[in-house]
Amino acid sequence: MTAPTQELGHGRTEGPAPAVRLDAVSKVYGRGATSLLALDQVSLNAAQGEFVCLLGASGCGKSTMLNLVAGLDRPTAGTIETGGKQIAMMFQEPALFPWLTVTGNIELALRKLDRKKRKERAAELLDVVHLGGFAKKRPHELSGGMRQRVALARALAQEADILLMDEPFGALDAMTRDLLHDELERIWRERNLTILFVTHNVREAVRLGDRVVLLSSRPGTVIEDYTVDLERPRRTESPEVAKLAGEITVRLKEEVSRHGR
Amino acid sequence: MAAETAVDTAEEKVNAQIAGLDALEIQVKAKRNLPAALWGRVWPMFLAISIVLAIWEAVVLAEFWPEYVFAGPVTALGELGARLGEAEFWHAVATTMRRAVSGFLLAILVGVAVGAAVSRIKLLRAAFGSLITGLQTMPSIAWFPLAILLFGLTENAITFVVVLGAAPSIANGLITGVDYTPPILLRAGHVLGLRRLSLYRHLILPASLPSFLAGLKQGWAFAWRSLMAGEILVIIANQPSLGEQLHFARELADSARLLATMIVILLIGIVVDVLFGAADNALRRRWGLDQRIG
Repeated sequence: MTAPTQELGHGRTEGPAPAVRLDAVSKVYGRGATSLLALDQVSLNAAQGEFVCLLGASGCGKSTMLNLVAGLDRPTAGTIETGGKQIAMMFQEPALFPWLTVTGNIELALRKLDRKKRKERAAELLDVVHLGGFAKKRPHELSGGMRQRVALARALAQEADILLMDEPFGALDAMTRDLLHDELERIWRERNLTILFVTHNVREAVRLGDRVVLLSSRPGTVIEDYTVDLERPRRTESPEVAKLAGEITVRLKEEVSRHGR
Repeated sequence: MAAETAVDTAEEKVNAQIAGLDALEIQVKAKRNLPAALWGRVWPMFLAISIVLAIWEAVVLAEFWPEYVFAGPVTALGELGARLGEAEFWHAVATTMRRAVSGFLLAILVGVAVGAAVSRIKLLRAAFGSLITGLQTMPSIAWFPLAILLFGLTENAITFVVVLGAAPSIANGLITGVDYTPPILLRAGHVLGLRRLSLYRHLILPASLPSFLAGLKQGWAFAWRSLMAGEILVIIANQPSLGEQLHFARELADSARLLATMIVILLIGIVVDVLFGAADNALRRRWGLDQRIG
């Protein structure tokens, strides 16, 4: 179930070329004495259609990794390959534009289409996230979970092959989060998306991921790469999920307590 | 077959749960009772006006000044009523409003151009950023001697000072709005592929709208003050204006006329302020910024 660090990225060479490939990526913030090494030689592959959860405590650079893949930031060293694929990203906040309606927000991601197609496509996507009746609302009129679903619809509107998710359900209550897990799993399956999903919630990672990649903190490096061989659909509260989550939590706690010394 | 039905019902269950949560979580907005809300806003205003009139009348009754120097509210309001029927009065109001609007529009053009350039170009910001803020604090009346030297006693001198008074606030509003575009929206915009022109059109300009509107409101206040100072100082023959009327009312020691004109100037200021306030409220409601605590 676990693989030693040095073999990372070589375990899946039998398949097609990976959708995302990070090769010895390092990221340093600042310069000189005050510089901070956020990521240290991280290598990681995600196959097409794979759901990879990045798990770690604070300061493990998991958000940094997503920002680098999204092109919001540049790596200090190493290479990131996504083969020119379209990348969409979701944040912990919905980051919707408050001056646009729900439809308007989604149509912004569809601005290359003509007007009529844009409207149709936005309506379809709203149905996908079960918000068909809320097209004309403004983001502030929706609940947190609904806003996050609009953000998901907007990300899907980009026709992306790769979906980056930075703790997208972190701010939601447990029940809403459970439902969104089901939703996300369905959409991921239907669209054959490659997902990099950042979280600090171990059960969430095990519930969703094909793989759970455990990162160390300061600097961030990959310390374990778990393959989750549990049958889908999984339940967050199922004993199998709990068992693996327990194992990973032990390893995570070891890593965290290393910093206390 | 049986398995498929099981999946179907499972998905339906999820859908039903989602619909239920959505219905529970969406905010129910209380409908406001319009006449009551209106009355709630109007009666404090009446109260304020009555208090001001009472104090005014009390000062007049105390006879600190003779009646021809400081007219009472009844005389002044009577004069105002009489003047509403005079063509010259409306001519004066029209001239003043024409100058105000044209000067303000010009100030918007200048302010937007300067604000856009300064917010976009680092060197310009370093050079002119604090100068613009400094200009805001400069009393506009201090510009008039120079304006009169440059343009003579003409309307151009007035317009020059009105624009100088209003443009810095408008530019600053735009610059602040651009600066305070929420970083999370900028990141989302980047991921959505917004760059350069489309970034401005779809993200930065709409995001800076509230701050820009505040700049416009402040700019208007400065423009209105500059205009009144200008009209008192720069008197153009055969062109009655509100400022000019103030000037002549003082020359002729016509206290009732002076106070009546002042009331008109105050009222115009209040009306425009209410218009800006309404625009600001509409914006806040659309953006969901009006949710008060409690």
